[in-house]
Amino acid sequence: MSEKKTNRRDFLFTATYAVGAVGVGATIWPMIDTMNPDASVKALASTEVDVSTVDPGKTITVLWRGKPVFIRRRTQDEIAEAKSVKMEELKHPEKDEDRAKNPEWLVMLGVCTHLGCVPLDQKGDYNGWFCPCHGSHYDISGRIRKGPAPTNMEIPEYKFVNSNTIKIG
Amino acid sequence: MKNFFKIFSFLVLLFGFSTNLNCAEKVEYLKTDWSFKGLFGKFDRGALQRGYQVYTEVCASCHSMKYLSYRNLAEKGGPEFSVAQAKAIASSFEVSDGPNDDGEMFTRPGKLSDKFVMPYDNVKAAQAANGGAYPPDMSVLVKARGGGVDYIYSLLQGYEEPPAGVTLDDGVYYNKYMYGNKIKMPNQLSDGLVEYADGTEASVEQMSKDVTTFLMWSAEPHLESRHRMGFKAIVYLIILTILVYFSMKRIWSRIETKI
Amino acid sequence: MSDHEYIPKSKFGKWFNDRLPLLTLANHLTDYPTPKNLNYWWTFGGILTFCLITQIVTGLVLAMHYIAHADMAFDSVEHIMRDVNYGWLIRYIHANGASMFFLAVYIHIFRSLFYGSYKAPREIIWIIGIIIYLLMMAAAFLGYVLPWGQMSFWGATVITNLFSAIPLVGEGIVTWLWGGYSVDNPTLTRFFTLHYLIPFLILGLVVLHIWALHVPGNNNPVGIDIKKPSKDTVPFHPYIVIKDGFALLMFMIVFAFFVFYTPNILGHADNYIEANPLVTPAHIVPEWYLLPFYAILRSVPDKLLGVVAMLSAILILAALPWLDTSKIRSAVFRPLYRQFYWILVADVLILGYVGAMPAEGLYLLIARVATAYYFLHFLIILPILGFREKTMPLPLSITEPVLGGSQNLALVKDRKKFEN
Repeated sequence: MSEKKTNRRDFLFTATYAVGAVGVGATIWPMIDTMNPDASVKALASTEVDVSTVDPGKTITVLWRGKPVFIRRRTQDEIAEAKSVKMEELKHPEKDEDRAKNPEWLVMLGVCTHLGCVPLDQKGDYNGWFCPCHGSHYDISGRIRKGPAPTNMEIPEYKFVNSNTIKIG
Repeated sequence: MKNFFKIFSFLVLLFGFSTNLNCAEKVEYLKTDWSFKGLFGKFDRGALQRGYQVYTEVCASCHSMKYLSYRNLAEKGGPEFSVAQAKAIASSFEVSDGPNDDGEMFTRPGKLSDKFVMPYDNVKAAQAANGGAYPPDMSVLVKARGGGVDYIYSLLQGYEEPPAGVTLDDGVYYNKYMYGNKIKMPNQLSDGLVEYADGTEASVEQMSKDVTTFLMWSAEPHLESRHRMGFKAIVYLIILTILVYFSMKRIWSRIETKI
Repeated sequence: MSDHEYIPKSKFGKWFNDRLPLLTLANHLTDYPTPKNLNYWWTFGGILTFCLITQIVTGLVLAMHYIAHADMAFDSVEHIMRDVNYGWLIRYIHANGASMFFLAVYIHIFRSLFYGSYKAPREIIWIIGIIIYLLMMAAAFLGYVLPWGQMSFWGATVITNLFSAIPLVGEGIVTWLWGGYSVDNPTLTRFFTLHYLIPFLILGLVVLHIWALHVPGNNNPVGIDIKKPSKDTVPFHPYIVIKDGFALLMFMIVFAFFVFYTPNILGHADNYIEANPLVTPAHIVPEWYLLPFYAILRSVPDKLLGVVAMLSAILILAALPWLDTSKIRSAVFRPLYRQFYWILVADVLILGYVGAMPAEGLYLLIARVATAYYFLHFLIILPILGFREKTMPLPLSITEPVLGGSQNLALVKDRKKFEN
């Protein structure tokens, strides 16, 4: 009899705690979520860029979601160099074909995957980019070759709206 | 106690030296004696006024000074132009204002409370006019460069023919004090470029020194009062420290422990 | 805690104290029996309290003029420097005050390491201290972002990106911290809010830190337990108050020198360039007080492990009371520990130096060796030393060395250390 009573009380207390915890959680979540990107920030999610004026061998930088995007029109030599790299040499193996759908155009986030600095153009040991913060070297396909960065520079979602316009995002 | 002071002063020294590590530069800058250095350092009024002249006549066509107002020119501790002179300077600039009752923007002569007029409307316009390089705003430039005044002073006089093997693109110049030696700003100063109102000879060295002094003031407009107040504060602290020291001796003499 | 019951003299005082025993507290603080052999390294507790109050008061004034908006923050700081009455003074005190705060806290921590103040029964004081130190680093980092210069922006980018090393949820956490897809205005406003909040959390923890201190009472240079109150102790007021005051004034002279004559030497020139998300400064370095940890972060080639190593370097300190197996507190009686202590000091200084240098070649090698030694000291040397070391005999009381009559004392080589 007494044992049964204890059990029932245990259940009552557990249920009270559980229901209370749900309420606390439901109240805290909105507070936490206010810190996530708001609607106006999300609205800037895509941008269109006119690339007709970019000459081969030049890079332009556009701002997308507050981050720089490098758009490089590569020369034939550079494309050949990017394609010639063996997968075994890469820290983060990715084929150049998978990174640049149209090999003439390399579109990638100009953000070092180590700690988020902006790498410099046409610098470093691999003829691509070099991050001044902690010395990561990227090749002409934006792949990490040397230094602390763990992965290749990210390729954002993009598509050619027409032959002169790229839509990022 | 002796031990404590030995180690503590070592720490403070170490702390002072280590902070110089970042600024340690490989190039030796040109040296000159700055009147504003040292415990009692003050600006040379003449240099500030001449420096302002060099700024308006030479630099201001490309470089903005967005944090300065014309009233600053007459303030204490600065070039100390008279209020009438500062007003005359301000009114020689066209300032855009508005909108008026018709909703139109208009221009009017500058007032003391106006900020220095900017050479370009925005950074993009400045870049477009200067081959892609933005001539930096000069209000705090001296504090924004590792070498400070010595760096600016040297840079202005550091233009040279590039050594053999260095090729320069169009619109790029060689300067031995610039980081990487390549600079987008052409050499600006030449002997006699401006005619100083006070009759000082306008050599390149003189103009560099004057305009650098002016930039130092614009970056630290309260430098003089800072130095004055610092001296008073430290003297006060030392006197109080001595008084407290002897009071402490007196109090601790009540018990037999050395302090 | 003083054992005697305090009864206020005045009738009102008694009436008030019966309802809220504030006067009992005040009496406890003034009479608090303090070992009379405390040397000047012990004055940094008071100095740190001064630093905290200074930062809170100057920060309050600055917050009245500062605008936490990406487009206006830099301008508002210049407005403070130029137009606000004494704005330059308040800002320079606040900016240099942060460095002085860290200078003092490092001395305070290393004093504790030398004299074994973290050992039983003072573990909780020590752990609260480590939490305060962590919060100080957070507050300093957040505060450095507020002027919105180039170092602010890129420092914020680099430090927040450390969280992206966490597997699976890392990227989500970083986006959440930023409130966007990069460091931007939402990041600045929340950093300002937190920068304002943290000092008050620190203040609360300081109260706990002192409360926990007043339970066992102060450690002392000899490191032995003393009877309280006794002929080994003096009341806190006026003896310790005036001594702390004297040390504080000397500290303020150094402080004033930085504020009035070299106010920008501890900062970085790039922070007078307004933040630009498209251009990274050539050489990103944190403030000097974070350099040793920065060196540890960079010495590990793997991103996640680097972050783990950096965090462990701080958190390992919390376990120190159990890693140090020696029963003897003061290094004065531990000849071997004393040597390892100074090697550790040198090690941390070296880490700080290489943290300011580019992470390549010889510097990287030095950083790796120094990082390895740092962990070796805490994880291997300290636990073993406690069992192996032949310590010197302890004096029976702290008056013994002062009177100089002890046989034991003659064995202690540098007895000057605690005679000061």
